[in-house]
Amino acid sequence: MKTTCCHIFCSSIGKKYLMALSGMVLLGFVLVHMLGNLQVFLGQEAINAYADKLQSSPAVLWGFRFFLLAATLIHVLTAISLVRENRAARPDANGDEKFVQATIGSRTMGLTGSLIFAFIVFHVLHYTVRVTHPEYQQIAHYTLGKSHKEVHDVYTMVIMGFQEKWISAIYIVCMALLCLHLTHGVSSLFQTLGIRNTTWKTNLDRLAIVYGWVIFIGFVSVPIAVLMGAVPPTG
Amino acid sequence: MNLKLKIWRQDETSGAGRFKDYEIRDVSPDSSFLEMLDLLNEKLVEAGESPVAFDSDCREGVCGMCSLTINGVPHGGHRGTTTCQLHMRSFNDGDTITIEPFRANAFPVLRDLVVDRGGFDEIIQAGGFITCRTGSSQDANEVPIPKPVADDAFDFAACIGCGACVAACKNASAMLFTGAKVAHLNTLPQGKAEKDRRTLAMVAKMDDAGFGNCRNYGECSAACPKEIPLDVIAKMNRDYAVASVKGIIGK
Repeated sequence: MKTTCCHIFCSSIGKKYLMALSGMVLLGFVLVHMLGNLQVFLGQEAINAYADKLQSSPAVLWGFRFFLLAATLIHVLTAISLVRENRAARPDANGDEKFVQATIGSRTMGLTGSLIFAFIVFHVLHYTVRVTHPEYQQIAHYTLGKSHKEVHDVYTMVIMGFQEKWISAIYIVCMALLCLHLTHGVSSLFQTLGIRNTTWKTNLDRLAIVYGWVIFIGFVSVPIAVLMGAVPPTG
Repeated sequence: MNLKLKIWRQDETSGAGRFKDYEIRDVSPDSSFLEMLDLLNEKLVEAGESPVAFDSDCREGVCGMCSLTINGVPHGGHRGTTTCQLHMRSFNDGDTITIEPFRANAFPVLRDLVVDRGGFDEIIQAGGFITCRTGSSQDANEVPIPKPVADDAFDFAACIGCGACVAACKNASAMLFTGAKVAHLNTLPQGKAEKDRRTLAMVAKMDDAGFGNCRNYGECSAACPKEIPLDVIAKMNRDYAVASVKGIIGK
């Protein structure tokens, strides 16, 4: 039988491939992002140099940003399309609606996903575009020790940001949602791509829980350390 | 046993349904769930009311005809048990039991608790078979099949097509049913020759018939009276990817 790319990606299973593949890109990104953030603990010089390195080639930077944006849009738009089909497929709920064994993470993928998407928009406006807090633009440039290059002081900006308790609270809650989302997604994507069986399911479910928690702890360690005063404001 | 029943009554597909309360007395704990409904219907007929319509056939758990979502779970939630094999001793005296049809857009209610599961037949017609003439049965071991392969295929073939997987899924997905059929035939040498065509056609028909998408949370397998594993869905996902790519690059 002749098939086209549309045959693959427009079918129910094809849309799930899109969810799994774009999800894979995004979960890889959050791990790298989390590891990058942890450099706050190595001091002002380390994280500012790292941030500058990421920004050094506009072509790579924008290429990467478009790639991530595409993965995010595919993940979100496909999810919306799937949810619409699912609602049409089962318009009436049971009088007595019950789950037998589905985990809380798997049942709340739509809710956690929507909130995480809203958080991403806020996060980009907050720390990348910096429109929610115009005062971040006033932070004095930092001079790198090695190259004597004047760079944006990410370190001070992050600490200023997380010293506001409500900002830290939003970040921590949203990372908990991301953790919950990943505890289902990381294992589910293997099932969707057809590389899971009963024997491996147990291990992959464990991997998903560990992955979710590692991401959660890695990310929230920064705001918590800032709130506890464990990260000194001036390096 | 004395029980309170909350049963879905609906006159026709297009009509609005609603729950109606009934009370039934002196039910034997050793009677099956369907025998309890038979008793209720006898009393309804005696009282000049219309009996509750429900499906049943073999009443020994092998035909896939009985359905019913009992207290929110298809077939009542006892592992590996169809409604006809569910016995009243599983309930307590004085319980209220909610009984409703398998709910899915692809399974329209015909009357009360009876739904039309013809969508499954369409999926089977799309590719749930082997096109060669099989003739009379072959000699045993004429086609060598390793024991583990035969065991897997047998487990997948255990699906009786009752539709509990669709009813258990909040998306009314038919992935477990279709996966069981695809995995059963694609695993055996007789079915392997047509595995790409079969997988593509059955999935296309499944989408067409209006079933929802798989969410990988496994409610289907938990409700399945034949305990079909989620492995069949993974296998179908895998076979579908291979078949699609082969279709594009032209083998």
